[in-house]
Amino acid sequence: MTQIDTLIGDASLTSHREAPPAPKGRWLSAYFGTPGNALITILCLGTIFAVAKLVIGWLFVDATFVGTPAECKVTNGACWPFLSTKMRYIFFGFYPFEEQWRPLTAMLLFLGACVVSMVPKVWGRALLIAWIAVILPVLYVLMAGGFFGLTVVPTTQWGGLPLSFMLSFIGLACALPLGIALALARASSLPAIRILGVSFIEIVRGVPLISILFMATVMLPLFMPDGITIDKLIRAQVAIILFAAAYIAEIVRGGLQAVPNGQVEAGHSLGLHYWQIMRKIVLPQALKKVIPPLVSLFIGFFQDTTLVTIVGLLDFLDTVRTAMRDPEWQGIAVLEGYVFAAVVYFIFSALMGAYSRFLEQYFRTSHD
Amino acid sequence: MKNRILQLCATVAGIAVGLVAATSANAATTLETVKARGKLICGVSMSTPGFATADAKGHMGGFDVDVCRAVAAAVFGDPEKVDFVLTNINTRFQALQSGEIDMLSRQTTLTFSREVSLGLDFGPTVFYDGQGLMVPKSLGVNSAKELTDAAICTLPGTTTAQNLSDFFRSIGGKFELVVFENPDENRNAFFSGRCEAISSDRSDLASIRAVANNPDDYVVLPETISKEPLAPAVRQNDSNWRDIVSWSAWMLMAAEERGITQANVDEMAKSEDPEIQRMLGVNEELGKMLNLDNKWGYNIIKGVGNYGEVFERNLGTKTALGLTRGPNTRWSEGGLLYAPPFR
Repeated sequence: MTQIDTLIGDASLTSHREAPPAPKGRWLSAYFGTPGNALITILCLGTIFAVAKLVIGWLFVDATFVGTPAECKVTNGACWPFLSTKMRYIFFGFYPFEEQWRPLTAMLLFLGACVVSMVPKVWGRALLIAWIAVILPVLYVLMAGGFFGLTVVPTTQWGGLPLSFMLSFIGLACALPLGIALALARASSLPAIRILGVSFIEIVRGVPLISILFMATVMLPLFMPDGITIDKLIRAQVAIILFAAAYIAEIVRGGLQAVPNGQVEAGHSLGLHYWQIMRKIVLPQALKKVIPPLVSLFIGFFQDTTLVTIVGLLDFLDTVRTAMRDPEWQGIAVLEGYVFAAVVYFIFSALMGAYSRFLEQYFRTSHD
Repeated sequence: MKNRILQLCATVAGIAVGLVAATSANAATTLETVKARGKLICGVSMSTPGFATADAKGHMGGFDVDVCRAVAAAVFGDPEKVDFVLTNINTRFQALQSGEIDMLSRQTTLTFSREVSLGLDFGPTVFYDGQGLMVPKSLGVNSAKELTDAAICTLPGTTTAQNLSDFFRSIGGKFELVVFENPDENRNAFFSGRCEAISSDRSDLASIRAVANNPDDYVVLPETISKEPLAPAVRQNDSNWRDIVSWSAWMLMAAEERGITQANVDEMAKSEDPEIQRMLGVNEELGKMLNLDNKWGYNIIKGVGNYGEVFERNLGTKTALGLTRGPNTRWSEGGLLYAPPFR
């Protein structure tokens, strides 16, 4: 037995020793074992109780469930009528009221398709084709209309949650392949391609998202010939894709560097060419390693899409904000609006986080 | 800092826009474009109570919005034939210049540099506003001149702070500026006593006051420290379109002068008064001269009402904002609204 083995053996022994079989009432001694622990436990319980009382009091006891803005104004609790009155506006913005079943259907279809696509068993070329050839066109037709007797709804009237979803999810879905390509370009041994990759990444990363959005919506139209305007939503979407791609590229590059060079050499000795090596050997390992940072980037971008407000697009947070500025409700339901927005963002961010943990589990192999 | 970068971007873009606009000649006139599209596209504010807000159904309403609707009624005979594009302070002029919107009706102050250097033409002033100060009654102050060393809450924006410092320099006083990015924070800071006073346009102060638990605890001081004439704007070098926007706004004012309302416009069309006949398209062809339907004036008033009706519906004493007409009343009653004659 070498010295290292002894050390490792010792370490594992000690770690085993530290977890003794749980005796009865162990949790009691863990929380109240010493006077110090008992004090901390009591303080924490007290705080939790006080906060819970405050929250429940605000949400239910002192809340107004039905009523007018004036009735909300006099009570101290949550103002539920604000949310129920404004709910459809908050979710769909200026989308024509009678047509709002369309974004609702589109959103449910989108979420349903996402849930199905999350199952590893259905992954494959068929799923990709289904997304590109069926799901996305159906979503577009539902939102924009113009076919099957659906009235045309211009993108200036899109808003709320469907807009946030579209900007972030389509943005990230398009940015991921672009980001991977950029990462490969940056790691490439061909100088021209490497320089292109490096300069794109550095330029885009060196500029705030706001100014890219601003350039896309304000400056770009000036360079267009007279009478030709590109839809503002598309401009913002492209800006988000380019911006996200640069960040994804850097994360993926980190993953590429973590794959030992021996893997590439092994591929070469098997007679595989560059793309085969990348597709079959390097990228699967690299991408697996960067799932956690990629998902935090995705969550960040989902929230960063609120910046489109700067170019006059009405995303979910903005519909909440503008709903609060209705003269009738102004200043009455500020907390309610922001809390509601926070809850919605939290739900989707938490789901993404949970899925990322599942993916890590799923991809874990015996040699990890 | 973020704001300053944006402002810089906006300024640079604005100048570029001005240059481009000055050199390029539009192939189609705005009116032709609007008619071909079948809808007017109007830039309004994202959300300003009383000026542009959406109701629970997402239908836009407000003073600025009604100015757009008046133009839509003049062109199409239908005040609903208008799409609204939400613009903010940074994008409003560029949206107009790039052709994304046909007109801008967004609480925009007409100033020399904007009219001259941004490639814009302004219509008539539709709302006379001015920066004012509001204090809690308990402070016992009756005039802004008594505010010494006061902390004043404002929103960011170069002119707001500039006007305050100009004013306090002129009276030899001092003040401390407390700037908030978000209107809700700004308001709450004032209500919670973080500042002795809050400064904004008087119309805005009225809406802030309306939100207070007890509006009577607050008083707007009599001084108006700046002139803020709010006017709609259009792209430069399209006289016909500018005429349409200007005279649609004046039509609202003239209709009030003449006592034509949304309710009695059909009756007034039978009037013997020659100017009313001209306004409503009964006599002569004023509409044709604007390349519009001769009934354009009738359509405006039928669609949105006269100036007084628009004001009272969106900003007046019966609304949550509770604004009085102030200078925004007819010249014959001591106000500033003075529509040129329709002849």
